[in-house]
Amino acid sequence: MVEKALNIDIKEEQKKAQAKLDEQGIRVLVCAGTGCVANGSLEVIEKFKELGVETGKLTAEDKVTIIPTGCHGFCEQGVLVCIPQLHTTYVKVKIDDVEEIVESHIKGGKVVERLLYVDPQTKQHVQSDEEINFYKKQTRTALVNCGNVDAESLDEAIAVQGYEALYNVLKTNDPDAVIQEILDSGLKGRGGAGFPTGLKWKFTAANKGGKSYVVCNGDEGDPGAFMDRSVMEGDPHKLLEGMAIAAFAIGADEGYIYVRAEYPLAIKRLRKAIQEAEERGYLGKNIMGTDFSFVLHIKEGAGAFVCGEESALIASIEGERGMPRPKPPFPANKGLFGRPTLINNVETLANVPAIMLKGAKWFASMGTESAKGTKTFALTGEVNNTGLIEVPMGTTLREIIFDIGGGIRGGKKFKAVQIGGPSGGCLTEEHLDVKMDYDSLAKAGAMVGSGGLVVMAEDTCIVEVARFFMNFTQNESCGKCVPCREGTKNMLKILQKIVNGQGEMEDLELLEELALAVKDGSLCGLGKTAPNPVLSTLKYFKDEYIAHIKDKKCPAGVCAALKTIKIEADLCKGCTKCARTCPVGAIEGTVKNPHTIDQSKCIKCGACLDSCPFKAIKEY
Amino acid sequence: MTTKSSPVNYQEIDEILKKYDYKKSNLIAMLQAIQEVYRYLPEEAMTYIGEKVDELSPATVFGVATFYAQFSLEPKGKYEIKICDGTACHVRGSMPIYNSVIQRFNLKDGKFTTEDGLFSVETVSCLGACGLAPVAVVNGKVYPQMTTDAMKIVIDTILEREKGE
Repeated sequence: MVEKALNIDIKEEQKKAQAKLDEQGIRVLVCAGTGCVANGSLEVIEKFKELGVETGKLTAEDKVTIIPTGCHGFCEQGVLVCIPQLHTTYVKVKIDDVEEIVESHIKGGKVVERLLYVDPQTKQHVQSDEEINFYKKQTRTALVNCGNVDAESLDEAIAVQGYEALYNVLKTNDPDAVIQEILDSGLKGRGGAGFPTGLKWKFTAANKGGKSYVVCNGDEGDPGAFMDRSVMEGDPHKLLEGMAIAAFAIGADEGYIYVRAEYPLAIKRLRKAIQEAEERGYLGKNIMGTDFSFVLHIKEGAGAFVCGEESALIASIEGERGMPRPKPPFPANKGLFGRPTLINNVETLANVPAIMLKGAKWFASMGTESAKGTKTFALTGEVNNTGLIEVPMGTTLREIIFDIGGGIRGGKKFKAVQIGGPSGGCLTEEHLDVKMDYDSLAKAGAMVGSGGLVVMAEDTCIVEVARFFMNFTQNESCGKCVPCREGTKNMLKILQKIVNGQGEMEDLELLEELALAVKDGSLCGLGKTAPNPVLSTLKYFKDEYIAHIKDKKCPAGVCAALKTIKIEADLCKGCTKCARTCPVGAIEGTVKNPHTIDQSKCIKCGACLDSCPFKAIKEY
Repeated sequence: MTTKSSPVNYQEIDEILKKYDYKKSNLIAMLQAIQEVYRYLPEEAMTYIGEKVDELSPATVFGVATFYAQFSLEPKGKYEIKICDGTACHVRGSMPIYNSVIQRFNLKDGKFTTEDGLFSVETVSCLGACGLAPVAVVNGKVYPQMTTDAMKIVIDTILEREKGE
């Protein structure tokens, strides 16, 4: 292979970018991911600016710059303000705290202790994020820059080796070597199915010659997963670079990023990143002065879970109803607009630059025998530290939930964890030491899926959760194939019957039979995996189903039809608080006299329970 | 060519179609742009696209519009309340919040917009803000860690403001 002549020197560009960063003095990183924005981070940033915190506004020796970043991951503790040069991370920062941070710490050198994270175990203040358990146990590859750089600045990306891998790849000019490197790394698709990425590239590259496409699947539809959103919002250039490397390897010159319409901030940041990269020659026509061109477009989804399936996603990009079609032909042979197409998930592509830069060996040294590298997980539900994490493949659930996640909220008892969204399964206490990789999880009846981890405590009703997922997949079933369309509908009907207290024991057999039929007979991944939550809960929590059916009881006290709410007359002081709280006016009574609940009106929402200062209202 | 009975300004629609090159593959983007203007997809607009864009028919446009959850064939309220019912929000109690809003506005039988056209209420599957569950969104503004009481305050505030105007 003849080396390509490039019109830039990436090392020089890095130096220039770093010099610009050095001029910023103390960098105050304020998280501006969706989570922290909801907690008011934009107002916090404005307040900093009001106080004159911008480059050059303060005296020369305490020059400070405010940097809005992507998601730090520790959403629970937002708004996060991180000052790496002072080794400090402030949590739950409110607009009123800003002045104190500036005056006391940045100008006065005195840490604002009350804004530091408090370790739930030791009750001690923790100053830097390296000491916070949530961060300490993580190893970040795809998320390495998220939260540490200004997501809207190409210079910042370049300063942390952005586009260096693409530069090297173009210079070496050997597409097959790139594919070999990805193959050797053992990287598997992070979107759910876990297909070896290198093989996918190889199959698509085999059809080189005419027009082909690279498509990034950013239709992160699994409820409870937000890692792709965080990469797109927090480090968009990493994704663009990964796509450009893929395009070079398979011989494509055009690409699409398909993003859910529910992620407006990701769309905005990606558009800006593409524009800036094109202007400076890192994307678009004749990248870095070579004959390699790669033009990128963004396609917004319109709210259809099934579009995460690759053939449905292609149909949607073409402007059609997003319905899957039978495979083969695979997209590698016949994809977008009938041309060979490589489709990879956001996180998969975000791993590519690091692999090319540090080598396949480095990547393969992390993880387990069958699963290499690191994986992001969205840790949510009844766990203390919710947020986004990245750990080596093979980390156990116990480490994730109890070390990183800080255990269960409010001292409740751990009950189950739902892995992989509506396609995954529920695992229980006995699986806490299972290694998180594709094979081990499949053996336990779950899947890595996109990496959503929803932790459930003793007061979560497993049957209701199974109904919830079935309701979701039934709603999202595109209706093309009968097993999925009719099967999910009837499974939902049975589950509905059970949570309503009208279930019969025969229903359980029918439910299982239907589940297996839907799994076997459906056309695409949506139907093939839709029964997983039901099957896994039937396996591990059958007694809870039986309690709903035989005893007409919901052990977790969630299913409204199976509970009655009553006011204990001798405890009630007649304060009228509950009557005013009740959204349906079901509580009657006069001041200073015991109140009663009209059971025919009561919707069992439980609002009165929380409102009663005398604990006179009880659930039966 | 706007007729009196039609809610649609065809010139405006033409501009949208032009922006997207009258290309079939941009149909979803066109519909999104139209919904942005009208807060729903008027039948006239869909028919018009079907006639104007090559390889499309009104039936195909209607088919695409009804496939995606984002599109609405009836007008949405001035304030669009979306209550996230993704897994994390569901586990942390999103449904009681949704039910309280539905009860308050007396929305039944699949209706999601209030009589006065001020509010529409719907659930969405996941907004990706799971760390802050349960979450509600009103016209794009995200409200974290919601409760039925907090939701009530949000709505009361909007009503107050509306009264003032």
